[in-house]
Amino acid sequence: MNSRSLQTTIIFLVVGGVLALSLGGFFGSASKQVSSALIEIQTWFSARFIGLQDFMTAPRDIVSLRTRNTELEAQVSQLQAQVIELQQRVNETETLAALVNFSRSNPESTYRAAAVIGRDPSPFLHYIIINRGSNDDIRRGMPVVTNQGLVGRIDAVIADAARVQLITDPASAVNVYLQNAETNAVAIGSVTGDVFLDMISQNIVVESGDLILTSGLGGGYPSDLIIGQVVTLRSLEYELFQQATVQLAVDFSSLDIVLVITNFRSVDITPLEPLPSP
Amino acid sequence: MRNIIAFPLLGLAVILQSSVISQINLISGYADLPLILLAAWALQERVNSSWHWAVTVCLMLGFVSALPWLVVVLGYLGVVFAAQMLQKRIWQAPLLAMFSVIFIGTLYMHVLSFVVLRISGTALLFRDVMSLITLPSLLLNMLFSIPIYTFIRDLAGWVYPTEEYE
Repeated sequence: MNSRSLQTTIIFLVVGGVLALSLGGFFGSASKQVSSALIEIQTWFSARFIGLQDFMTAPRDIVSLRTRNTELEAQVSQLQAQVIELQQRVNETETLAALVNFSRSNPESTYRAAAVIGRDPSPFLHYIIINRGSNDDIRRGMPVVTNQGLVGRIDAVIADAARVQLITDPASAVNVYLQNAETNAVAIGSVTGDVFLDMISQNIVVESGDLILTSGLGGGYPSDLIIGQVVTLRSLEYELFQQATVQLAVDFSSLDIVLVITNFRSVDITPLEPLPSP
Repeated sequence: MRNIIAFPLLGLAVILQSSVISQINLISGYADLPLILLAAWALQERVNSSWHWAVTVCLMLGFVSALPWLVVVLGYLGVVFAAQMLQKRIWQAPLLAMFSVIFIGTLYMHVLSFVVLRISGTALLFRDVMSLITLPSLLLNMLFSIPIYTFIRDLAGWVYPTEEYE
């Protein structure tokens, strides 16, 4: 063995011995300081390397993220559409459930449900068009209601559709009964969609909140269908009758589904009305 | 032959009027899509089928609406007549002619509806009709008339293509 290899062997033995002693914990605090310094250096290099790696690979990630983002946005849009559709179905189911409850609580009448598919093209008239017609035994004059109250009556019928004159139409006049005041009146529509009461006798006391029901007089509508409540009364001494404004029970701006009372036949009393004297 | 586009187009207009436009209210008034379409069509220079379109609209609306037939027929034919009269006089300013026809046509249609409904026994007050229905409808008709005129002008170019000379 020459001197150079002996030197190398000694160096390896010394370094190996130092490592063995340090791993064995014989150097104590000195070993800790050395190891912590080494760890800090390694951490510093590692952090810089990760930063550099992120920087180098970032463009590729942005492209993939954008693709993924587009996919997720499409998915969100699809889910939102589903939520809206389901919400519509829930609303429709709630409406139908309310109508079924109404028909169960009024078993004396038979009903046919119909969807509102349009309104009269003229702003002068308040009519709706429903998707049931003579093929579904719908006839002219049949009353139309919702679970909230009276809507109107059938005005014209074709095979698969019908036109309904609303009680808010300016040409509509419904004979009504004021429940608390125990008197009859006439509910008349207007161009604004409001309904007011006319022909209330001057000697009758009518209070705000009085319930208005159909009286059945004249044979145009069945009796006891809810129309609304009295809001304000107008009584002038020089007029023959009092008038009242009405808070309608039915929300006519959001009519979606209605019920046609199919076992009611309106009575045409025109031949019984007295002719005007010449 | 391309004139046959009138049937699906006017049918769609009546359906839209009944199901969509009639729910876009301004106070108690709303736009009259068939009236605007007819006015825009009758104002086109090369068009010679505006009376056919008017009769088609009358048939469709008379079937859907509860308005008396007299109002529908006299109203829409009158609008086409007014459009043709104005088209001959102010042909150099088509949009001005369109606004004029819409203004005159809407007022004419509403006054006609008011008179006929009053005669038939409907309780209408002229002041209420003007302030709650006619003026809002007039504004909406004016607003709708610009895009519809542009669409109808392109449609007229397709139905009546310009002859090319060599």
